[in-house]
Formats: sequence, structure tokens, C-alpha cells
Amino acid sequence: MLDIKNLHAKVGDKEILKGVNLTIKDGEIHALMGTNGAGKSTLSNVIVGNPAYEVTEGTITFNGKNLLDMNTEERAHAGIFMSFQAPIEIPGVSMTNFMRAAVNARREALGKEPLKSTDFLKVMREKRKLVEIDQKLMNRSVNEGFSGGEKKRNEIFQMAMLEPTFCILDETDSGLDVDALRIVAEGFNKLRTAETSALVITHYQRLLDYIRPDVVHVLIDGKIVKTGGPDLAQKIEDNGFDWLKEELA
Amino acid sequence: MNSEQQYIELYQEAADTIKARSCPVMNAVRDEAFAAFSQVGFPSKKVERYRYTDVDAAFAPNYGISLSPLTVKPSPYIYHLKDAPIDVAPYYHHVADAADPLTALNTALVHDALLIYVPKNTQVEDPIVVDNWLRGSAATMMNRRVLVILEMGAEATLIINDHAADKQRFLTTQVMEIVCHDNSRLDLYEIEETTPLCSRFSNVYLRAGRDCSIKHNSITLFNGQTRNLCDVYLTGENTEVTLNGCAIGSGKQRIDNNTLIDHQVPNCQSNELYKYVVDDQAVGAFAGRILVEKDAQKTTSQETNANLCASSDARMYTQPMLEIYADDVKCAHGSTVGVMDEAALFYMRQRGIPESEARTLLKNAFMGQVIDQIKYEPLRQRLYVKVEKRFRGELDKCEDCRLCK
Repeated sequence: MLDIKNLHAKVGDKEILKGVNLTIKDGEIHALMGTNGAGKSTLSNVIVGNPAYEVTEGTITFNGKNLLDMNTEERAHAGIFMSFQAPIEIPGVSMTNFMRAAVNARREALGKEPLKSTDFLKVMREKRKLVEIDQKLMNRSVNEGFSGGEKKRNEIFQMAMLEPTFCILDETDSGLDVDALRIVAEGFNKLRTAETSALVITHYQRLLDYIRPDVVHVLIDGKIVKTGGPDLAQKIEDNGFDWLKEELA
Repeated sequence: MNSEQQYIELYQEAADTIKARSCPVMNAVRDEAFAAFSQVGFPSKKVERYRYTDVDAAFAPNYGISLSPLTVKPSPYIYHLKDAPIDVAPYYHHVADAADPLTALNTALVHDALLIYVPKNTQVEDPIVVDNWLRGSAATMMNRRVLVILEMGAEATLIINDHAADKQRFLTTQVMEIVCHDNSRLDLYEIEETTPLCSRFSNVYLRAGRDCSIKHNSITLFNGQTRNLCDVYLTGENTEVTLNGCAIGSGKQRIDNNTLIDHQVPNCQSNELYKYVVDDQAVGAFAGRILVEKDAQKTTSQETNANLCASSDARMYTQPMLEIYADDVKCAHGSTVGVMDEAALFYMRQRGIPESEARTLLKNAFMGQVIDQIKYEPLRQRLYVKVEKRFRGELDKCEDCRLCK
């Protein structure tokens, strides 16, 4: 599904990614762990095409297509979704209008008719139940006045609406209490199909108790330095990153 | 340049014709107004209230003057000034600032005027609608004069629409004098939806007595060059006034709003909210002065001007002003000029919303705050649609015009 080769990227003048290689197959869940500032969020932003980041070298292929030739919205239409670490508030744009614009833009890109208003609201209702998000939030502006937990739940709701094939969960567990974490993770698991792949960025084992990864990577100083099975995440939870750094030295 | 010369000559040639087609109450102040204009000419940009608009350049082209009578659709409360059911001499040209050169020029050249008169204790339920159609086969100057009188306890909603029916150069001057007697209520909406070939110079003067409720909404949806002045004089206690503005500029459009709220007496409240979205090479200007005079204790006033520069070539000038001579007042003013929220744009694009659509949603959301405050529901709903169309670039002509099709 996703194939990243020798990826270098910078923000401003600062090189953050220094040759990342990563392959994610259909249906696989990969966890990405790493120290603060290692480049985890940079990697996810580069994959979704945040214009603030510049790729200087390397390739990203998504289902055979050169991702770096596509703009942000085209990547979204191709089925890439990112759950933001800090979801953005958009005053004055209601959740309903925002969602309708997003859903219909993707449908248009896929050559489908826009959803009729009644059908759209029906889909909204169904997906809302799936992630247990309150109807009253739908009438508000996007993320405005949402609690931290509501914002994260709203990300999973949007994922449900857009039905992506590749999801990035960028520190979705940060700022969530145990119950909220469970609801968000269970929501994600309910939405998964056999083909859905994901890259789960986290500092903690806890999220991975709910979303079981097939592969775990460790990113340090802009490079993936270790790849292993789920036990690698547990080892990091228990021992931190120092042993890895020593191993590298 | 000295564009005034051609208007001075025009008046000298046409004064007799204008007077013959006009009425005594208008003719009574005409020569005096002409003298005032010819003495000072057009204001240069050194004149404080005209610093953002080049008046001389706007009046320089050779426009033909329109002297045909106004077509007034028969409707209650709307009259030709010459058919006024009351004595209007105490009002006409007495509310306006006679020293303002554009007001003086309008007073000299205008031949026909509209009166909107709501008698004592009359509550007009349906809005009174005035549609101005600019029509002409050559470049034309229109001088428009409106007198609005709400007697004690009168209530009305007044909607004034400006359209240009022909793709022609039009220069409009407007002077609107409004008198709200004690305990009256006025909701006034001025909506401009013309073309890039139109220049508009509008001076609105409003005098309110006590216990009045006044709302003025100035909405510039599509235009060429617009300069709106709105002066409000609060002369009676416990009156509340709201001045709101929505200005949308793109291309090379210019929108200049200049307001004054003069608190002359205690216990009045004023709210002002003007929002601009300027795109392409459009230029916006806002100057709003709140004057709280010495005796105007317990005044509360809030003035806000918020602006969105949607392109790097667009320009916005903002000048909120508070001038307070009383010591027991609660006044605040603020102004912001911002650019598109890049984080929000990225968030929307990540969800698959194309960038142009995301920009439209953000601009629309920004302007929504002004439209939300429009009290008359059908107009509010219509403006939501129009503003959105405007941002989508679908409003390049006045779509309501049966004449434009």
C-alpha cells in the first residue's frame, strides 16, 4: 500500500527526516515510536502533503502512484487520512457543512454523484453512533469549544465518514483519559476492514493494547533505527530508548 | 487635477433646468449649496475623512448628468419629496453636514428626491423596499437624495438595493438624511450589488431622539469604487444604535467606509461591527470615530473592525477612533487585519476539501458574523446565499435584476 524510500524532508532550513525507509502492506498496522523531536510528526505531515514541509530526497509510492506528485486534497481523495495530534478549530464553519464538503469532494474525485442532503444526514447519524459522538457537536463550528476528548473522537468520526484505506493516527492517545482512549480505539477498530492499513504514532504502549500493531518501528534522529514485532513496543515501554541508542552507538 | 471645474460649469449651465424640474424646498438651499461646493471644491486626500479615496480622480471623467424624474412605484410611505404630506423644509439639508463638499455638490445638482415618511405610532410590518436601478446608454452621473422621517413611536424596516442594469460607467452621489423621532425604531439595510464600472459616494446622516432603536447595515457585495459615510447623532437619552458593515472586495475594487457616532447625551449605547474580506488587488478602508461628548455620561460603546486579506496584493487600512470627553463611560474599540488561517486550510484539504473551496468556506465563515446579526429573517437568509455566491465568484452581476438578463 505505502512504500517510502530514502525520504529526506525539512522544515524551513532544518532537516528532520534523514533517509526514512518504510513499507506498509494492505491490511497491516504499523506503530511508530520514538523520542521527542525524532521526526514522527514530520513523517506523517509529509505523507499527507502538508505544504509547510519540503521533501528534498526520496520517494513515496501509494498504491503504485507517486504521492509526491499529488497535492494534499488529491492524497485525501486517494484514501489517506490523518487523525491530527492537535485538531484545528475552524470558527464559523459548522461540522455538518465541513463534513458535507469533504464527503462530496471525495465522491466527486471518485466520479460519484454528491450525496443527497437526506442521505448525507443519515450517514452522519450512523457514523456518529459508531464513535459515540454527541449530535449537539455537529451543529457547532468545527472543533470549536470541543474538549480534548471530543476533538479526538471527532477525528475518528471524520475517519468514519471518509472511509479511508490508509490512516495515520498521530498521537491520538495524547490528552485522552482511559475511557476516551478506549472509545476512540474501539471506534477505529470497528471502522477497519481487512484492507485498511494504518500508521499509529504513539509514545505509549497503552494505545497499542487496543490497536494491535503487526510491526513496530522506532524513529530516532530522522531515521528508522529498529523494526520489530509487538514485543518491541513493550520493551520500549519498560526500558525507554536509551538501550537502543547505546546499541546504535 | 481640478475636476470641480466641470461641475461648476455644469451647474452654471444647467441650474435653471434643474430648478425647473425640482421643487421649492430643494431649490431653497440649492444656490447656497453650490456656493459652498465651488468655494472648497473636491476634498483632497489631505482631508482627514477623505484620506482613503481619491475623489478628484473619481469625478474627473466626463459623465452626462441624469435629469429624468425618479420613477416611484406607488407604495405606502414612499413619496416624491415634492408631494410630501408634511412640511419637510425643517429637515431637508438640515440633518446633513452642509460643509461636506460631496453633500454640497449633491444638494446643488439633485433635481428629484425621495421621501420615506412613517407617521406617528405607525408600525410598518413589511419592509419598505427601494430598488435603485442605474440605467444609461452613456457614462452617467446620478445624484440621489433620500429623506427618511420616522415620527414618534414609528417603526420600520427599510431596504435599499443598488443595482446597475447596464454595463456602463455610473457615478452616483447619494445623500440620505434620516430623522428618528423619540421612541422610534429603524432597521436600515443598504445593499450595493453593482459592477466594477460604478463609483458610489454615499453620505448618510442620521439624527436620533430618545428611546430609539436604530440599526444600519451597509453591505457592499459587488462594486467598483465605493465610499460610504455614515454619521449618527444621538441627541436623546436611552437610544441604542448599531452600525454594521459587510464589505467584500476582489479584482481592483475599492471600498471605503467612514463612520461617526456622536454621543451628545448620556445613557446611550452604540455597537459597531464592520468586517471586510479583500482579495486580489482590492483595497478596503475603514475609519470609525466614536465621539463621547462632555455630558454623555454612562455611554457604552463597542467598536470592532475585523478584516481578512485573502491575497498578498490586497490592502486594508483601518482606523478605529475613540474620542471621550466624559469620565463615566464604558467604551472599547479594536481592529484586526489577518490573513487566511493556513492551519485551517491544511486541515480542510487533508479531509479532501479542495483549496479553493476551503478558502471560500473560511471567508464565508468570517463574514457570517455580520450576516448573523441581520434581524429581518428573509433578508438574512438571502444574504447567506449571496455572500457565499460572491465568494464563489458566481455573483458578478446583480442576479436579482430582471433588467440585466
